[in-house]
Amino acid sequence: MSGEKDSRPRAEGPDSSLRRRLLMGMAALPAMAAAPRLAAAAGPATAAVNTTGLAITDSEVTVGILHSVTGTMAISETGSIQAEKLAIEQINAMGGVLGRRIKVIQEDGGSDWPTFAEKAKKLLVNDKCAAVFGCWTSASRKAVLPVFEQYNGMLYYPTFYEGLEQSKNVIYTGQEATQQILAGLNWINKERGSKSFFLIGSDYIWPRTSNKIARKHIEAVLKGRVVGEEYFPLGHTQFNSVINKIKLSKPDVIFADVVGGSNVAFYKQLKAAGVDLSRQALMTISVTEDEIDGIGGENIAGAFACMKYFQSLQNENNTRFVEAFHRMWGPKTVIGDVTQAAYLGPWLWKLTAEKAESFDVDKIAAASAGIEFKGAPEGYVRIHPNHHLWSKTRVGRARTDGQFDVIYETAELMEPDPFPKGYQ
Amino acid sequence: MMQNDNPFLTRLDWLSLALLAALLLVAFPLGLDTFRLNLVGKYLTYAFVALGLVICWGYGGILSLGQGLFFGLGGYCMAMFLKLEASTVENTKIQSTPGIPDFMDWNQITALPWFWQPFHSLALTLLLVVAVPVAFALLVGAAMFKRRVSGVYFAIITQAIAAIMTILIVGQQGYTGGINGITDLRTLAGWDIRTDGAKLLLYFVNAALLIGCILVAQSVRRSKLGRILVAMRDKEDRVRFSGYAVASFKIFAFCLAAGFSAIGGAMFTLQVGFMSPSFVGITPSIEMVIYAAVGGRTSLFGAVYGTLLVNGAKTAFSESFPELWLFGLGALFIAVVLAFPDGLAGLVRNRLLPWAGRMLARGGKPAPVRPGMVTK
Repeated sequence: MSGEKDSRPRAEGPDSSLRRRLLMGMAALPAMAAAPRLAAAAGPATAAVNTTGLAITDSEVTVGILHSVTGTMAISETGSIQAEKLAIEQINAMGGVLGRRIKVIQEDGGSDWPTFAEKAKKLLVNDKCAAVFGCWTSASRKAVLPVFEQYNGMLYYPTFYEGLEQSKNVIYTGQEATQQILAGLNWINKERGSKSFFLIGSDYIWPRTSNKIARKHIEAVLKGRVVGEEYFPLGHTQFNSVINKIKLSKPDVIFADVVGGSNVAFYKQLKAAGVDLSRQALMTISVTEDEIDGIGGENIAGAFACMKYFQSLQNENNTRFVEAFHRMWGPKTVIGDVTQAAYLGPWLWKLTAEKAESFDVDKIAAASAGIEFKGAPEGYVRIHPNHHLWSKTRVGRARTDGQFDVIYETAELMEPDPFPKGYQ
Repeated sequence: MMQNDNPFLTRLDWLSLALLAALLLVAFPLGLDTFRLNLVGKYLTYAFVALGLVICWGYGGILSLGQGLFFGLGGYCMAMFLKLEASTVENTKIQSTPGIPDFMDWNQITALPWFWQPFHSLALTLLLVVAVPVAFALLVGAAMFKRRVSGVYFAIITQAIAAIMTILIVGQQGYTGGINGITDLRTLAGWDIRTDGAKLLLYFVNAALLIGCILVAQSVRRSKLGRILVAMRDKEDRVRFSGYAVASFKIFAFCLAAGFSAIGGAMFTLQVGFMSPSFVGITPSIEMVIYAAVGGRTSLFGAVYGTLLVNGAKTAFSESFPELWLFGLGALFIAVVLAFPDGLAGLVRNRLLPWAGRMLARGGKPAPVRPGMVTK
């Protein structure tokens, strides 16, 4: 059986032929129960790979998953949990990491930032997790960051976010703001000659920072102008007045980073007010396939979204990823940008541990720069020394069925730049 | 404080106090590792709020659904001091304006706002931690109680104020840190609060403060003031017709509760290392009322046990069943309310003590007298 050959994990990256065999092998998963034990014999000694007392035995390595299963964020974070579990199952089917099966301890952050901090501490101090995959909102990341730095843990954080942060103890597998925004603005400016923009967002750090970057880019680089900039509290549902303002100021592009449930009201009211997104350009950086599930495809069809990943992306890695995801979690689940970024976390950690030949957090942190993952559904990613990922920016156009047509991607990988000069 | 024929602490009160002190100061520190002890320390900060609610709601009959506000104000005052200390020019040299808190820099604020200035001083901060929430409670209390707003209307107004405060904090993120709150706090006057040793010391400070607050609350309960509060709760008009200024007593109880909550908030910030608007709003405020209700709303000690029980259950359920724990917690609330409407304290008072009394009597000793236990 191919699986046993694959079970010696060293030196084998998840290149595409291996992954194909792996996925075929997954159907025979129960038969492979013997593989980990064989693999354990092949892995290096525990004392050598674990010098700091992490929860690692000869056959097992413990990691944590920390997302909201309950509360308002559960709807967004569920996809990330599913992706991380899928990745871990696939890695285990290949024989684990350094010859050890991954054991998962899952904790619920409960959409509550202090709970995230409490659970993060539990995962690091009590459970001695070698790595933690988790967090979604910036607020939860800000709450756990001091915990990870104090207890020297390793966090793989999946969400696109505002940047302005860099930590030895975090790998940011989503895009920071410039990676998401600049190429999209350039594209719409070049493609459609757009010069005037109306910025609208939810009122917290991510939309504010993103819009600040967008405004600087529009004014300084594109020589366009911002005709309006408005913010609404999280959960806000009355957008009629701002929609009137938008209609009066007739911007070439509505640039939207409204998040969460507010999106549903915003797009429905836009449609009800007669704003036809096939004529009025709207570019969003906050709506993925997951959000469209709630908004309804017919309400947002025609809008442009700037992401690094869309479920409809055409490449071999993605075809296999979507297929495996649907097999594990049901054919109706949709996969958004963050879900794909969450899937990268366990793989990047595995590759890094194999390069470092150790689970020690210091060695993982040091070995992370330059790690490449060729099996990424988004194509190819590489970890930058600043612990963010090099990745492409893509523009998709929303269809009525809730999926996107990918209509543009940058030719090169975009360099992550969490502290962009000239945009602060 | 005024004394009367009842002793300050009855024999049973002494017993309860000794039991609580033994639990908090000996059993927990010996039996729990640093992580769990720090968790208990966090729970105990909520117990300050529950304690305030016992005085204000259990005795005074004033149900406030906005105690999170005072917890939050106390916590924010402490957090502002710690944040300023953490935002040295050295630590923040990456910012466009070094020396101010990071979130201000992200929001294009280039100078420290005036209301942050007092928080450079530790002494002033410690004063403001209590003074700001109490002054605010005084303002709200005076405005409401002088106009004889009470009962449900008062509860709704406190809830609205808590909601307004959350919106204010979230909306003014350049000055408050917005929804993220004030994070990454490090040292208190040069003393690193993140080390295990510091956590242990803070735990003991917290427990001692809590016991101190219980004693203060007990002295209020035992005084004439306490009896007027109970009289007011049960027949407000009679107290008023007897010539007492009902509003002033209510304001006092409300301010005392606010002061307790604020101390809890400040200790929370110190032990957890950050403060966010998620403690200020309606949901946490109602949760804090639940702690008092589970403990028994007229029992000072019950408030502490209620808080510990609910939070302990919350942590235990959510660790064992991350996807189902809310149901478990809900079942616990329903069970407590159905089976023991007077909370844990009612269970002890109405079941356990009579039973213990009978057991002792059967053993030939006289049943213990129970003065001071009956509060209604």
